[in-house]
Amino acid sequence: MSDDAPILEINNIEVVYAKAIQALRGLSLSVPRGKIVALLGSNGAGKSTTLKALSALLPMENGAVTDGRLLFDGQPILQGDPHKLVRRGLFHVMEGRRIFADLTVEENLTAATFALTGRAEKPDFDIVYRYFPRLAERRKGIAGYLSGGEQQMLAIGRALVAKPRVILLDEPSLGLAPKLVEEIFGIIARINAEEGVSMLLVEQNAAVALSIAHHGYIMETGKIVIDGPTERLLKDRDVQEFYLGLAHKSYRDIKHYKRRKRWLS
Amino acid sequence: MERWAQLDWIDLVETSLAGLGTGSLMALTGVAFVVIYKATRVINLAIGEMMMIGAFVFYGFAAGFQLPFWLALPLTLLVSAVVGGVIERTMIRPLLKDNPVSVFMVTIGLTSILIGMVELIWTAEPRRLPEFLPQAPIFIGEALVPAKTGYSFLIAAAGIAVMLLVFAFWRGGVALRATATDRAAASSVGINVPGVFAFSWMVAAMVAALAGVLVGSVGGISSSMGLFGLSVFVVVIVGGLDSIVGALIAGLFIGWLEAMVGRLFGGEFKLLATFSILLLVLVVRPYGLFGTHEIERL
Ligand SMILES: Nc1ncnc2c1ncn2[C@@H]1O[C@H](COP(=O)(O)OP(=O)(O)O)[C@@H](O)[C@H]1O
Ligand SMILES: [Mg+2]
Repeated sequence: MSDDAPILEINNIEVVYAKAIQALRGLSLSVPRGKIVALLGSNGAGKSTTLKALSALLPMENGAVTDGRLLFDGQPILQGDPHKLVRRGLFHVMEGRRIFADLTVEENLTAATFALTGRAEKPDFDIVYRYFPRLAERRKGIAGYLSGGEQQMLAIGRALVAKPRVILLDEPSLGLAPKLVEEIFGIIARINAEEGVSMLLVEQNAAVALSIAHHGYIMETGKIVIDGPTERLLKDRDVQEFYLGLAHKSYRDIKHYKRRKRWLS
Repeated sequence: MERWAQLDWIDLVETSLAGLGTGSLMALTGVAFVVIYKATRVINLAIGEMMMIGAFVFYGFAAGFQLPFWLALPLTLLVSAVVGGVIERTMIRPLLKDNPVSVFMVTIGLTSILIGMVELIWTAEPRRLPEFLPQAPIFIGEALVPAKTGYSFLIAAAGIAVMLLVFAFWRGGVALRATATDRAAASSVGINVPGVFAFSWMVAAMVAALAGVLVGSVGGISSSMGLFGLSVFVVVIVGGLDSIVGALIAGLFIGWLEAMVGRLFGGEFKLLATFSILLLVLVVRPYGLFGTHEIERL
């Protein structure tokens, strides 16, 4: 595998839930090694579905990839056996944090050591406590009693224990106060820079996601409508208006429909 | 009443100890039920029959092949683990994606299969297990505990203690509790969830077999001894379907209660007492004394 080939690649996938609901319609994207890629879009666009397709969690929700290809490090991703994918180094921090509420903080980290099964690396919880000192203080505490922010830290901490090559992050800012979001995104950026982990970051909060991402994709109803390096997206008037919430009043009424249409075509 | 005339405290203590002895076996079987429920959310109606088949496998090794106890028991546990794994793989896993009721129905079918297998090999005739526990009765103060009751209590207690420790401290116990809390999240951190399911059936089959050997050593074995499972269902509903501690406490309590009621009012009132407790718990704490709140009821 050549070093400049992307760590993740999605080619034209279609995903259907319950054999009836089409959630993705020909979606393509790629995540270069060592980079943070943001995947943005409004509620119901299909962001979480994209991540679940990558981490082989779709069958658990009666979903299936009906067309297209997903590659992790050049190898095809097959649905089923999600734990094997985790052990190969693809870690999914799921939407809503999904910590084990009745286990302690440390037991949550212990659960993540199963990701190291069949690998030479030894479990290391200190790395988690270095990035998130607050978890160290509460290591014996029941995870369900942590604050929302601490639970998000624990969810990311479990990923650190698994020593992945790529982390999928699903809305880490959800339900957190702005200061906390800033703190956590700062740490995510540090993890990417210091550990060299690639990341696919799903967010509704485009501003904060683009503040740390190298590249961004924006999706609507199951496919990508615009993508580019972060600097270009930040300058794009459409992105500014529809996703960053910066109003351009003169434009809005007249050209709104036209511009949306341009994206969708 | 005549029944109460000869009542003294030694009598009450002896009755209590005998009750706790039976209770410990209900608790142990209850733990087997809980392990499966906790990991897989399957309500295993065949737990009594899994206990029975364990007892017969032991009979086969100890009486059939004349193996000594220390060899027959580990072999029994090993065979039971395999049986548990095969049941999970062939009958339960293919149905896990379907609704819980179909899995529930399959475990009812499993009771007949296990009974049929035992009757095919050993016939329906009741049998006695070879004696393997010390014979001398145990005295606690002046109260006498029959040897079989006393030693089976100790072995059951040790079995439950091992299970509690495994779940609290062993890494595999963490995997099982994580799977119990959130399957998708467990997969997402690298836990082999189908593996945990199979493992829970294997462990439960071993625990049930141990209980079967102990129950059989006290009262003999027969293809209908799985009916013991009925009391166990009451125990796990009272204790909480997903709580090992609940099974332990409810098992001891219900065993004790049945013995006391039997001694004080006569055997015909035992079931009345048990089911009154069951009803009371269902009304006051529908998820059981120690169970997790959000558990759906039958
Ligand atoms: N388990 C499921 N079963 C059926 N439909 C689903 C399921 N999960 C998501 N969907 C549908 O797929 C679409 C995309 O959902 P999702 O990927 O969760 O969007 P997002 O994460 O962008 O908010 C939505 O229309 C949603 O209703
Ligand atoms: Mg989502």
